Amino acid sequence: MGSNWDWQVFMQDPGGKYPTYWEWMLSAWGWTVSVSLLALIVALVLGSLVGIIRTLPDSPWLTRLGNAWVELFRNIPLLVQIFLWYHVIPALIPVMKDVPSFVLVVLALGFFTSARIAEQVRSGIQALPKGQRYAGMAVGFTTFQYYRYVILPMAYRIIIPPLTSETMNIFKNSSVAFAVSVSELTMFFIQSSEETSRPIEMFLGVTALYVVSAFTINRIMAFIEKRTRVPGFIVSASGGGGH
Amino acid sequence: MKKQVLALAISALAVGGAFAQANDTLAKIKASGVITEGVRESSGLSYTLGNGQYTGFHYDVCANIIKDLEKTLGKKLETKYQPVTSQNRVPLVQNGTVDLECGSTTNNATRAKDVSFAVTTYVEEVRIAVKANSGITGIKDLAGKTIATTTGTTSVQTLRKNERATGLDFKELYGKDHSDSFLLLESGRADAFVMDGSILASNIAKSKSPADYKLVGEVLSVEPIAIMIRKDDPAFKKAVDDSIKAQIKNGDLAKLWDKWFIQAIPPANVKIGLPLSEATKAAWATPNDKPMEDYAKK
Repeated sequence: MGSNWDWQVFMQDPGGKYPTYWEWMLSAWGWTVSVSLLALIVALVLGSLVGIIRTLPDSPWLTRLGNAWVELFRNIPLLVQIFLWYHVIPALIPVMKDVPSFVLVVLALGFFTSARIAEQVRSGIQALPKGQRYAGMAVGFTTFQYYRYVILPMAYRIIIPPLTSETMNIFKNSSVAFAVSVSELTMFFIQSSEETSRPIEMFLGVTALYVVSAFTINRIMAFIEKRTRVPGFIVSASGGGGH
Repeated sequence: MKKQVLALAISALAVGGAFAQANDTLAKIKASGVITEGVRESSGLSYTLGNGQYTGFHYDVCANIIKDLEKTLGKKLETKYQPVTSQNRVPLVQNGTVDLECGSTTNNATRAKDVSFAVTTYVEEVRIAVKANSGITGIKDLAGKTIATTTGTTSVQTLRKNERATGLDFKELYGKDHSDSFLLLESGRADAFVMDGSILASNIAKSKSPADYKLVGEVLSVEPIAIMIRKDDPAFKKAVDDSIKAQIKNGDLAKLWDKWFIQAIPPANVKIGLPLSEATKAAWATPNDKPMEDYAKK
């Protein structure tokens, strides 16, 4: 079977901006990483905010808003959301037509993931004993202060393992960006395998880059988990490590 | 994703096995009484009507070929249909799963290393579709404009090479399938849609108001489309080629052209309205299996 491999295919000239296929693949990897990291930032910020407002005491409307956000973005398939952003919203709001598809994908992927992160943040906060909240109130902290100094530091430590999975998912989900013309890895695979007639080599190359990206994120998260460990608290039992 | 890797790995293994197999398709189908035809789910020349039913221009050409094979072998053949995709069609022909691939495969030099092609039955021309009122008449007018095309097609490469050769600067948008690319043109996100002429014609025919669009400008690339068979099997290639040549001679192929590109076709009963091109006429006049690269030299 060795005779069938043709790894030289990566050295061929695709006849455009990039002199070789492997350079094109690296550029595609760049797009995948950019989409993923920016969407991750959007997702972490929004997901934390929404997750927190869903646990605030005595603010039923904020809680309902948070619930609506989560249910909206969690219940529509990701690819459908991408199409809503790309084809439907610009038809309703013409200004959106000029927004680059890269930005739309970052928003769509970020919002989709924010719903999932919000759910994790909420469960992390609710996993803490009620006494922690009351203790914070008892020492005279405002709501902002007891979230900032008492609840959130512990809640985030609890949710690091599912958060790791979510950050790796964002890399894999970024492949939907090909549907709206972002030249990332999946698009590179579809296009280059047609051009070169060597789909297996192209697929393995692209897969390797996905694995490298997701595993790097996994290691970074494991490092954070280890460094932020509080002796005697839940995470110490697992001793950090991968998920 | 992992499952796809596994599937690919398995097909890679299967490709390896192909070389061990005796290359005598005629003997194989005679012994088994079964011929496996590769068909496409949705391509211009071969597509499904649902429920395992396939149809299309190349599907009909192959039905005629199989009839001729039955005459040659003096035996009734059972036809099995195997849907193929652009990623797996070459490995499936190599490993013996598919005997006769009747999709819409471009005969090019890279593929000719792995498989063989019958004489060209259809010559595809890559064209430009624009809105009729856009004032665009050719590739020169597209400088600085946005052009839609579909990911995973040779048109993307054609466009890229054109950009390098002419020094024009296009903004490209890639639809994930042809209807998506056409939507880009329809919604005004793109000023032109560059693709195989037959695909453009059928998308325009199926659109809400076909009169709003037209095909303009020069032919950007010419691609011979042919029926794909296993490599190094001269007896089978001769049988298939002879059948196609006979179909050209007795006018069957021209009748099929009329049926598929002039008359209304299922499932939507629209007319594609694509007259027989000069390039296809030339290919029928002197049947040959020249790859795409030979066309580009002209």
